[in-house]
Amino acid sequence: MGPTDTKAGAHHAPAHEHGSDHEELSFWRKYVFSTDHKTIGIQYAVTGLLFLLFGFCLMMLMRWQLAFPGRALPLIGKLFGEARMPGGTMLPTFYNELGAMHGTIMVFLGVVPLAVGGFGNFVLPLQIGAPDMSFPRLNMASYWFFFMGGVTMLLSFFVPGGAAQSGWTSYTPLADIAGSGQTVWILGMICLITSSLLGAINFITTTIQLRAKGLSFFRMPFFCWTQFVTAFLLLLAFPPLEAAGLLQLMDRVAGTSFFLPTGLVVSGQALQVSGGGNPLLWQHLFWFLAHPEVYVLILPAMGIVAEIIANNTRKPLFGYRSMVYSLIFLGFMSFIVWAHHMFMTGMGTTMAAFFQTTTMIISIPSVVILTSLIISLWGGSIRFNTPMLFALAFLPMFGIGGLTGLPLGLNITDIPLHDTYYVIAHFHYVVAPGTIFALFAGIYYWFPKATGRRMSERLGRLHFWPSLIFMNGVFMPMFLTGLAGMSRRLADGGATYAFTKPVLHYNQWSSFSAWALAIAQIPFIINFFWSIKHGEPAEANAWQATTLEWAAAPSPPGHGNFKELPVVTRGPYEYSVPGAARDFIPQNARAEG
Amino acid sequence: MEIPYTVEVRPDTGLNSGKIGIWLFLASEVMLFGALFATYILLRVGAVEWPHGEHYLNIPLATLNTIVLISSSVTMVMAWASLKRDDFGKFRLYQAATVGFGGVFLVVKYFEYSAKFHHGYFPKTNTFLAIYFTMTGLHMLHVMGGMAVNAYLWGPGAKLWKTDPEHFTNRVENSGLFWHFVDLVWIFLFPVLYLL
Repeated sequence: MGPTDTKAGAHHAPAHEHGSDHEELSFWRKYVFSTDHKTIGIQYAVTGLLFLLFGFCLMMLMRWQLAFPGRALPLIGKLFGEARMPGGTMLPTFYNELGAMHGTIMVFLGVVPLAVGGFGNFVLPLQIGAPDMSFPRLNMASYWFFFMGGVTMLLSFFVPGGAAQSGWTSYTPLADIAGSGQTVWILGMICLITSSLLGAINFITTTIQLRAKGLSFFRMPFFCWTQFVTAFLLLLAFPPLEAAGLLQLMDRVAGTSFFLPTGLVVSGQALQVSGGGNPLLWQHLFWFLAHPEVYVLILPAMGIVAEIIANNTRKPLFGYRSMVYSLIFLGFMSFIVWAHHMFMTGMGTTMAAFFQTTTMIISIPSVVILTSLIISLWGGSIRFNTPMLFALAFLPMFGIGGLTGLPLGLNITDIPLHDTYYVIAHFHYVVAPGTIFALFAGIYYWFPKATGRRMSERLGRLHFWPSLIFMNGVFMPMFLTGLAGMSRRLADGGATYAFTKPVLHYNQWSSFSAWALAIAQIPFIINFFWSIKHGEPAEANAWQATTLEWAAAPSPPGHGNFKELPVVTRGPYEYSVPGAARDFIPQNARAEG
Repeated sequence: MEIPYTVEVRPDTGLNSGKIGIWLFLASEVMLFGALFATYILLRVGAVEWPHGEHYLNIPLATLNTIVLISSSVTMVMAWASLKRDDFGKFRLYQAATVGFGGVFLVVKYFEYSAKFHHGYFPKTNTFLAIYFTMTGLHMLHVMGGMAVNAYLWGPGAKLWKTDPEHFTNRVENSGLFWHFVDLVWIFLFPVLYLL
């Protein structure tokens, strides 16, 4: 700890806020248009979970078509209307709608809102000992922009021609000439970008300004660090996508040709545009956002897992400082790897060499963090509760996802694997059994803080084990189909290609696993709602944790979070300190001696 | 409940939260316009031919607009400095001038745009005009946004001066930072689109 540590917040503003001085707010101000970071966090989390469920449902429909191409979907098939599923059989255009919207919803409306908007909002101010966010009204605006973006995306299913069909990447020129759903998609994205911009400003400012007295940067829990770095990624990576969206909007609405090359022929007819544009420009702008976005998806998950592992191994994290430095390095590097998504575009070897080098370099800090988390388990007397099970499962699942990414980062191996199911399997291992497991871990872990009650352990296990098995059931076969060359965007799951014959049956494996995975979520849904009212009551520090949200705030925390603002005297993970009375020393415990 | 360091400066960071917030916002704005300038470069480098700005655009009018915007930045600083010197009357005057210059800029831009449309030059005409209309259009939206905030601080928002003068001065400073940024974007747009 440097000399700044003692200075940090030494002249802290007088604690004129008491947890209990809240005036009575109306129902609307308290639960709907709330400026309290905890309420907003829960709003984000619940909305995000609903979108995750919705995006999952889209996927389950697609999985029917992939497992049984061209066969009518029994029971519910006819509900989707003649325009989309005549006689219950899915049209390829509808499949494309589902595909594009599954990706968009899962990434921008499901995982990020839950990981950043939900956990970040709820936990970050509590962990740094702040009474709220720096800009509470901006925080509310951020949620409502997100909400508007979500509604816009949902409404896009009902415009003529249906929702966006050009993939979540919206590659041009295809997206330029697609139906009106694509325009709605862009408008929705602009709302979502605005939302994350406001959120990012708030997170960074809060972390810089509202850390409790004594909480220097290197005493911050790792989770806060992940949110801090993530916020920078959101702040700086999203605007180029906004610019790109604007340009695509101009192409679609004002008839410009930013992404349309001269002499473009569509369905045998020359397109009547001025031309002179560059389709690759979109890919560059898109991936300039979307690669950092990958880290937006994964970093908060790492933060959650780190908190839970330290707490349940009853040990300090191994290499906390190395983890933080790796995290910062990772944040920087994530801005200069984007074109590894574009090896197939025929870029020169110099460009490819640069981007595969940076890609190999960026894998190092990820490995440092993952390895530190694994070594943290060494010699601990591990408590296997539900959050810990999910956190532990995160490690190998993210490991598989990360390692299978290496061949995709190298030009020579990426070219045969590009746009196959291998890619799908790779990034889903990172995001689905990786990030989403971490998010489940976080829900089980912080649920007692939000509600004052624990979730059921028994239902938790009933949720965890089947989820783990079926997640792998869904994605493991995709490595095989992908290596066999099955392309990722085919509405019939590759049935028309001879070379996919030997692996085609794996499509059914994946599909049945996906449907079973859906059933495995039922215990979670029951547990979630049942435990709010009937769960076992939890004390304020439900997990005997060291960090401030547990050690200094009641469960659930009132308006203003703390009775009086905590003063931090030590680092975040003082577990099993030799000679201490208990096996944990809270961050705000009085300094000894 | 009051959030600490909204108005007062946190000693170890040396800043109040609003100042950090506005600088972060400007950082994201740099990325937004940066992406558009990058687009301009990429499209121009890849183009078979690229028209000279003066072929389509009116350089004297744009020069006038450049002067107008720079003047508005000066009055913006004067408005903030007046508050610092506790001279609310002067603030009103300078702030009004800032908003007024913004209005002049928009009027000039309106004549420029309508002249283009009159000649049949639209965004879809060619790539140069496409990027011209997109970038100046987005910039114009920023001018309008800045004017709206400045007008608010001139009018109803000025009530805060009576209750919390320091907070109000901070707000004027932050909206001023945004206004200077908008000015700066134009300083880049002018040579890139009109002169080069």
